[in-house]
Order: sequence, then structure tokens, then C-alpha cells
Amino acid sequence: MGAELQVSLKDALNAQTVKAKVAATSWEQAVDVAGMVLVQANLVEPRYIDAMKKTLRELGPYCVIAPGIAMPHARPEDGVIQTGFSLVTLVKPVTFGNAENDPVDILLAFSASDKERHVTALKEIAVFLSNDGLVRKVRTANSNDQLLDVIRDFERINS
Amino acid sequence: MIIATLCGMGFGTSMLLKLTIDDVLKQEGMTNYQIVPWDLGSFKGQRADIVVAPTDMESHLKDSSAIIVLIKNLVDKAEIKEKILAAVNSLEG
Repeated sequence: MGAELQVSLKDALNAQTVKAKVAATSWEQAVDVAGMVLVQANLVEPRYIDAMKKTLRELGPYCVIAPGIAMPHARPEDGVIQTGFSLVTLVKPVTFGNAENDPVDILLAFSASDKERHVTALKEIAVFLSNDGLVRKVRTANSNDQLLDVIRDFERINS
Repeated sequence: MIIATLCGMGFGTSMLLKLTIDDVLKQEGMTNYQIVPWDLGSFKGQRADIVVAPTDMESHLKDSSAIIVLIKNLVDKAEIKEKILAAVNSLEG
């Protein structure tokens, strides 16, 4: 896979694609917000949001990958324009129906234009999310700027 | 040995699992393995020695003859390492 085609987490998460402390009262609302961020960043068409929710309903809430953290997404053909990510945190956690890892207050939604381009960022996400200190900072960040600071912290540790 | 990682679409969760398992096995000095992400739509009829999946996908794997490894926290390297190495050892033992 060509490195030049890969999207890094640092490029993917920016002032346009992070949103701290959103009020949502259901998993659907939370996915709507995370999806809307992707739409506004011109990464997906609006129909992608419904596809993410449909996937969750039909295939189950396995995208809640770790305690409190969900990674909703759909397929390239569901309206992906470009590979990208959004990071949304919630004021109050919502339930997805995942017995192990509910409730969720961190969403990392993504759009993948193929099976390759998002893999570098996924690798970084695996490292990022296994750092409890960073996850705690994401959880407590009160503004988009504070969220971006955590991403920069991560870049420093990881580089 | 073929290790399959399973999720609904084969993009996110299964890819995440593949990356972590690859790391773990490389650290153990293993080279004789292949990791393939599977999605629910196309995995039936495919063959693997070990299938790794998120815990709540257990019901999809009832008919599989492979060793099944179920992971609760998909970014917890310690959990993944412990479970995947146990499966590898039971296969090789």
C-alpha cells in the first residue's frame, strides 16, 4: 500500500472534525452528530449517516470496541467521498446495547474509501486508545481546542 | 496457519484486530501465519485455523470448526495477546 495514500490521525482529526461535549440522549443521536461532522467536512454524503445506523441495527453494536468507545462506520459504497475520521465526545454517555463496553461517551466515526487508506490511522487509533491517560484526557476535554491538544500530546508520544 | 479476524464489514474492527494480532505475533518471533480480515457477508465457506471476533459476534460462529477467540476490549493488547497465544499454542500443541 502506498504511504502517500494513507491518511494519518493527525491529518484526519482537526478543527473541522472534532467536537467536544455534545448533548445526545440516544446512540442514534450520537451517531447522527458524528456523521454530520463527516458530512460537513465533505468526507461523506448525508446518506452515509443512515448507513452507519443501519449497520449498527443489522450487524449489532460490536463497533463499541472498548469501554465507552464506539467506532461507527459504513461501507465505501454508502456515500464515502474521502477517507476520514471524526472524534465526538458526549456530555452524558449513551447505551448502544453492547454488554461488555456500554455506555459510550467517545465516538470515532470514520469513512473509508477503500480497504487501505484508513489503515495507518487505525493503527494510530489502536495505540492512542490503549493509553488510558490519553483516553481520560479525551473524556474530560471541555472544548474542541482541548481535544486537539490531546491529539497533539499523542503525536508527541508516538513520534 | 491462517488467522481470520471477523467483523460486520471487514473495514474497522477486523482491521483493528488484524493490526494488533500482527504486532503480538511478530513480537513472539512468529512468521508462519497469515491474518485475513473477514466480513459477515463473505466468511461462510472460507477456511481458517483460528477465528478472532468481538465477543458479541459469538452467535455467528456457532458452526465454525476453527478455534474461536472472542475479544471484549479490542484495543487491549494484553487481552488479545493472552487469548491469541493460548489459541496458537493449542493449535501447535
